[in-house]
Amino acid sequence: MKQSVVQLFVTCLVDSLFPSVGESTIAILEGQGLTVEFPFDQTCCGQPAFNAGFQKEAKSMARHIVEVLHDTQGPIISPSGSCAEMLTHHGPELLANDPDIAPKAREVASRVRELTAFLVNDLGITNVGARVEEQRAAYHSSCHGLRGLGIDDEPRQLLQQVEGLEFAELPEAETCCGFGGIFSIEMPEISTAMLDSKIENLMSTGADVLVGGDVGCLMHIEGGLRRRGIAIQVAHIATILRKGNG
Amino acid sequence: MSKVGFRDRASAAIKSKEALATAAGAKRFTERRIQAAESFPAMEAARDEAQRIRLHTLANLDRYLEQFAQSATNAGNFVHWATDGEEANKIVLRIAEESESRLVVKSKSMVTEEIELNHTLEEAGIEVVETDLGEFIIQLAGETPSHIIAPVVHKTRKQIGELFAEKIGVDLTEDPEELNAAARFYLRTKFLEADLGISGVNFGVADTGSISLVTNEGNGRLTTTAPRVHIAVMGMERLVPTIRDLGVMLEVLARSATGQALTSYSTVITGPRQPDDADGPDELHIIIVDNGRSNVLGQSTAEILGCIRCGACLNVCPVYRESGGHAYGTTYSGPVGAVLVPSLLGLQDWGDLAQASSLCGACLEACPVRIDLPRMLIELRQRRVAQRLATPGLRRAIKTYAAAATRPTAFRVMMRAGGLAARFRPTTSGWMTSLPAMGKKWTSTRDFPSPETRTFHQRWKKSR
Ligand code: SF4
Repeated sequence: MKQSVVQLFVTCLVDSLFPSVGESTIAILEGQGLTVEFPFDQTCCGQPAFNAGFQKEAKSMARHIVEVLHDTQGPIISPSGSCAEMLTHHGPELLANDPDIAPKAREVASRVRELTAFLVNDLGITNVGARVEEQRAAYHSSCHGLRGLGIDDEPRQLLQQVEGLEFAELPEAETCCGFGGIFSIEMPEISTAMLDSKIENLMSTGADVLVGGDVGCLMHIEGGLRRRGIAIQVAHIATILRKGNG
Repeated sequence: MSKVGFRDRASAAIKSKEALATAAGAKRFTERRIQAAESFPAMEAARDEAQRIRLHTLANLDRYLEQFAQSATNAGNFVHWATDGEEANKIVLRIAEESESRLVVKSKSMVTEEIELNHTLEEAGIEVVETDLGEFIIQLAGETPSHIIAPVVHKTRKQIGELFAEKIGVDLTEDPEELNAAARFYLRTKFLEADLGISGVNFGVADTGSISLVTNEGNGRLTTTAPRVHIAVMGMERLVPTIRDLGVMLEVLARSATGQALTSYSTVITGPRQPDDADGPDELHIIIVDNGRSNVLGQSTAEILGCIRCGACLNVCPVYRESGGHAYGTTYSGPVGAVLVPSLLGLQDWGDLAQASSLCGACLEACPVRIDLPRMLIELRQRRVAQRLATPGLRRAIKTYAAAATRPTAFRVMMRAGGLAARFRPTTSGWMTSLPAMGKKWTSTRDFPSPETRTFHQRWKKSR
């Protein structure tokens, strides 16, 4: 795979809610000497519809994103394990029976990488030269990146190399925070109970900042912390890895 | 919808004593399972093999059922077929009457919970005594199991002590040894007096016609040997082809269920008492229960019938941990229940269970036979959508979003509009404290980030 040019798949949540995470992702990739392209007609990977059982809608969204991405070159990098997993596994599954698009979906899937997995596994980098003010960080493993793509060590390795960051193990780091997209709206009480358990575990670490790789989970946890008046910061890993890198 | 569903039951259970005890128990089981798996290097290979065996059995179930019935009959058993719970209960009742049974001892069995057998027997004036300690407690309390292998995981020792003091008149204690001894003492006479023993079946072995039972208290052995007549009630999917396959299943079952290398009592029974046997029943009946299973075999969720009832998926499930088993409102709880029950009983009444998951995937990771529970939850949701059972608000929201997401210009406009509209919502340091419509449920306990007025798309365009 030619690696001097990469594509950014920014995800719909980053696009509208956390655009700075997209900018940090670009800064990190450019810091590695890569040229970052942004296919402008990208929208959403279709996961919200897919998980909710709206297969027809999920398919049309998957089809759109495949059409937008397949005509590009280089790895397709996403600052989200969840969306990367959707494009890697469920996109090709959804489109498997449409001969005009199925090969394209598989081709796109083969190039999709979650940001930290790309840095560590494809580029072989664990130190991106990031520096932060002295702080204690806990890492939450988001479910789809962890179980769907096996991403766990990569972000930890990267965080451990960040100057100034002390790493605190989060008890039950791999337990869902209760976001689950539509789940948090359809089952708000159970979702909140899961969030409360996550926050309880987080508070036991004494961490100043919670780091994760998916803004979906992070906004859920941060929304909970804010409502409860708990002064723990929440940051996407791209935001941390960019720090001290201008 | 006024019908009480999972959401209501779960909401009522959150942070209750029951839910807290459940979470603690579920975590203990999970730790033991992980330890057991780590200390058994062949675990992953055994899981692959166990999955292969179960899928192969399901794919050839008619053939193996026939073989099982034949070899079980050859071994001297009476084999009965029941299309549903009612028929199964009638068969049990008939056998009880023919054998003039007044007292029945039972060992733990989920399928008899499913068909509500105790109820039928009691109505006919037959005394039924559960002999598994957990089931015994459940029976005393007049409840239903909240976990497929640990029926009383939702109870504290204190509650159990109080229950024993009240119901069987022993001194109040929380000591598990003493409680156990009290139950044993109470049950001993029942075992000796019982006419009929009823058990479930963990696995039926097709080539030998054997049934296998695993228990940790030995009550299963007494149930199946002490009374004159033994009835084993078996869900029709519960087969393995050979004794060798049974070995593989027991290896993964014990480790995944309780974290043991092998369950304390693994029993294989092939037929009733023979002339030179020291003990055993004079008659052994095996009732093979369909009760919706053959219908599930034809569904996209057929794989769920591969389940070996280890409970690992319940133990890891954060939804189960927070809500407890009774929130599912039925015999089978947790992820397996959320797939099995709507498949068996239909989406109209039970479809909401399929929504009771954040799709975190912990269940699939834990399942010894690698049943793809998240995939099947999505399948069930797709059926709900097709049958117009999804909430109208959700339907509208997804359709609107999907329409925009397939038209890039519309999508960019929608994203920007979100940012502009958010300006009119109440916020605290940039996060919205209240959202309208469906979002209200989010913001009742959590703030929501205000969409940026300048989306990433806009920022990119500007910077290049
Ligand atoms: S679905 Fe799998 S993990 Fe859950 S009870 Fe069945 S066998 Fe065990």
